[in-house]
Formats: sequence, C-alpha cells, structure tokens
Amino acid sequence: MMMSTPKKCLFYVLLFISAFLVFFPVLYAFMISFMSGGEILQGKFFPESIHFDNYIKVFDRLPLMNYLINSFIVSFGVMLGQLVVCSLAAYAFVFIPFKGRDFIFFLFISTMMIPWEATMIPNFFTIQKLDWMNTYQGLTVPFFALAFGTFLLRQHFKTIPKELHEAAEVAGLGKFAFFWRVILPVSKTSLVTLGAYGFLTTWNMYLWPLLVTSTDQVRTVQIGLKQLQSQEVATEWGVVMAGVIVVIIPTLLLLFAGQKQLQKGLTQGALK
Amino acid sequence: MKADAASTPPKQLGLWRKSLNARTALLYLFPSILLFAVFIFYPMFRTIYLSFFLTDQQGAAALFVGFENYAYLFESREFRNSIKATVLFVLYTVPTGVIIALFLALIANEKLKGIGFFRTVYSSTMGISVAASSVVWLFLFHPSIGMFNRLLNVMNLPGVQWLLDPDWALVSISISTIWMNIGFSFLILLGGLQNIDEYLYESARIDGAGYWYQLRRITIPMLSPTLFFIITISLINAFQTFGQVDILTKGGPSQATNLIVYSIYREAFVNYQFGTASAQAVFLFICILIVTILQFKLGEKKVHYQ
Repeated sequence: MMMSTPKKCLFYVLLFISAFLVFFPVLYAFMISFMSGGEILQGKFFPESIHFDNYIKVFDRLPLMNYLINSFIVSFGVMLGQLVVCSLAAYAFVFIPFKGRDFIFFLFISTMMIPWEATMIPNFFTIQKLDWMNTYQGLTVPFFALAFGTFLLRQHFKTIPKELHEAAEVAGLGKFAFFWRVILPVSKTSLVTLGAYGFLTTWNMYLWPLLVTSTDQVRTVQIGLKQLQSQEVATEWGVVMAGVIVVIIPTLLLLFAGQKQLQKGLTQGALK
Repeated sequence: MKADAASTPPKQLGLWRKSLNARTALLYLFPSILLFAVFIFYPMFRTIYLSFFLTDQQGAAALFVGFENYAYLFESREFRNSIKATVLFVLYTVPTGVIIALFLALIANEKLKGIGFFRTVYSSTMGISVAASSVVWLFLFHPSIGMFNRLLNVMNLPGVQWLLDPDWALVSISISTIWMNIGFSFLILLGGLQNIDEYLYESARIDGAGYWYQLRRITIPMLSPTLFFIITISLINAFQTFGQVDILTKGGPSQATNLIVYSIYREAFVNYQFGTASAQAVFLFICILIVTILQFKLGEKKVHYQ
C-alpha cells in the first residue's frame, strides 16, 4: 500500500510528537540524574556535564545493591514458580481427559474475578503464621499459581497436534516424559512470553512487598524508591532520579527485547 | 504412570483403575489448586467472615456484629468520600486513557519506516513500575521546581499546587495514572489492530473509501472486542490503584485522593480495624465482580468474530 508524501509527513509528525510526550518523563528523569542541586533549581533540561556522582551517592544512601539482588531473586523465583505451576496445570487441561475438568476449569476462571487487594488482609496473617515475614518465600509463593498464565499456555498446548500425543503413547513414553521432553520444548515461545510477563509484574510489585517486609534484608527496589523519596535527603532530586533510572533499566531492557512477543502473547491470552 | 492403560479404560475395570486419568490430572493440577485454595479462596471467605466481626490487633475475630461494619461504613463520611473519589478517578482515567492509547495504536499501525522504534517508545511505560513513575511525577508536580509550574510560569499563568490542592490532587493522580497505563493499553490495542484482516482495507480502498470512513466502518467495529477488553481491564485497574496514591499524596489533601484500596490499607494496617477494612474489601470485590460479569454478558453479544 502506498501513502502519499504529505500524508506520510503528517504521520511522522504525529508519531514524533507523541513519542516525545510519552517518553518525556523518563527522558527528563534521566537528564536530572546527571544534575547537581543547583542545576535542578535553575530548571535546565540538559545537564552541564555527564558525571555519575548521583549514581554513586544513591548506592551509598541505600543498600540499593542489596535491593536489586533481592528484586532479581524474587522476580526470578516467581517467574520460575509460575512457569512450573502453570505449565503443569495447562498440560492436565489439554492432554488428560477426566471427569470434573469443567468444574476445575471454572474454579480457575473464578480466581480471576477476585481482586488480589480484597484478600490481602488474611494473606498477610497467613504469611505471619507461616513465619514467612521478611523471607523470599513470603514474597514469591503466593503468586506461583496464575489463571491467566495457565490459559495462555493452554492456548498454545491446544495447537500441538493430537497425533504427537498418540505417537508418544505408542512409543511408550509416560505422561510426564511426554510433558517434559516434547510439550515444553515445542512451547518455548509461550513459556518465554509468560516468563517475561511474570518477571515484569513481579519486579514492579509494590503493595505486597510493602506489607510483608519490615527490614532491609529482603526488601525490593520498589520499596527502596519509597524510602529514598521519603528520606530527608529527598530534596536531592538528582540522587532520587539516579535511583529511579537504576530501578527501571532492567525492566525496560526486558520490554524492549520482548515487546513483540509480549504483545502477541498478551493479545492471545486476553481474547480467546 | 502407565499412560496407555488410561487412554482406553475397559468397562469392567474397577473404579480405582477407571479414575486413573482423574488422579493423574489432579497430580498435575495439585500445585495450582493448593495455592489457589490457600492464597485466594480461603482469604476471600475469611475476608467475608471478618467483615461481620470486630477484631483484635492480631486480626482474630472477637465479637460478632452482623452487618454493623457495613452500616458503619455507609454512614461514615470518610468511606463515602472514598467511594466518590474512586468513581471520579475511574471517570477521569478510563475514557481518556483508552482514547490516547487508541490514537497511539492507530498511528503506530501504519506501515512506515522506523515504526518499530515508535512502538517500543509507546509501550515503554509498561516496563516502568508504579513506584518509579510516581517518584518521577512527584518531581514534575513539584510546586516550585516541577516542570508543570515552570511551564505555567513561562506562559505567565499562576502556578497550581498540583498535589496539595484538594481540587487538583485527584486530577494530578489521574494524569500520572493515565501515563502509566498507556503502555499496556497501547500494546493490547496494537495487537487487536494487527489482527484485522488486511483484505478488508484493500477492498475498501478499491471502493474509494477514505481514511476516516475506513476507521469508522472497519477499524472500530473490528476492534470492538479488544476495545471492550481494554476498557474492562482499565476499569478493574482503576479500582485497584494503590502505589501512586501512597507515594504522591498519601490519600490527602483532606482525603481527596483516598481511593478504595488505599482506604482498605489504612484501615487495616495503620488503624488495625480489620473488621471494617474487610467490609471495604468485600465492597471492592463486589464492584469488580459486577464489572467482570458485565464484561461476560455484554462481551458475548459484542464479539462477532473469531
């Protein structure tokens, strides 16, 4: 399809203006992370020089390295947990015909109607009773089971030809071996999509880590940002923005790398 | 696990053998079912249960009060205010957010050179956490050195106390929330646009239909299921807003931004009133349930392809 040149120009103008507006807050935060207090007060957009004083300071002020490692462990943990739990469930839904499947499927759907915030009070006490406060388990295990993730994988598993299943049975491959050695390898793309989604949402989680961490030991970066901003030193906006940039880089990179995948996966999981 | 026996169970075998499939399936489903039971179903029932009680500091039910927690809530000015703020917040964020995301998805769906760059930029806010975005917006809204007041200053307009003025605080939170949600809505809508059959446009062009005609007659109708989905998700997200309130305003000024989840959080973990907090949580659950049921009911009628 051909577009006339003036029309093309119009679209590019719109695209550039929108891109600038959408990205402006991040760009501005990035600029400020290189500025000294004086420069910020003057209201400049470009820093005088690129120096990393603010970045050094933010790692000094907070155990930010610690928080980053915690966030990595927690996000990775939830990602792995979701992949295992959801793929097992999706496998059962697609490849094992059994009585009561509809009922269990309905149970899974109904979990999507319960907002997580409506259950957080008893969950908080459960974690307390399990003695999981300030532990990685407390931050990860409650999120392992995910109806959305199960549906996403189920959708993909359904496209795997039934003949493959029959052939595996004829070859004497057990159910678990079939799942492990055949199904998982051919579903790599869906698993990657779900993994990226799980990592992203866990990295960005705010309310739950706020509730179940009270010491710096397992605290995640998001709570670190709240601390940084509410500390007295928060008037030093350059340091705060350096913290913001450090926190968003891992997820931004992940999103840039997996944007196409994620878009396809989310649309499929959402609409079918 | 002997799978071959399971696929064709002869009639005369015992119940134990016949239920082999069900038992195997349950083994695979067990982790999900256990986790759902412990972290979703049990706490949901527990929340409903607690909403009928006065509780002690450890969150244990102490005194049965029937519907008094609910009666108390609906008489309380604070809670009515919180509902009002939440409804306004939904009205401010959902329509605007969806329209902006739709606009971005439409211009990013054109086949132009370098379009991948723009798609990446538009979806970028999805990779930025609520906490990080809130801190950035806190700075943008800063009364003296923030960008918004500087801009107003340049145009010789008086500055606005964005987060400190009760008339502006909710609007400010809404603006930042719209920005935060753009990435996700954009990505979903773009996916929806790309699913529309190119053939439809080709035949429309042959008939000489212009851009706006195609938009009205092909794009929007074909996109309606996706639009519907994203409106529902945005509604639910708006009901669940917490992080930006906690960082930007702490529910203030004079409770203008005390959205429902923040109100639950305060009631439970600051005031230790787990009974009334649970009643609020049940109310939130019912609101979201209504939205979801509406989606199912209306969605069935609206989805006209696939």
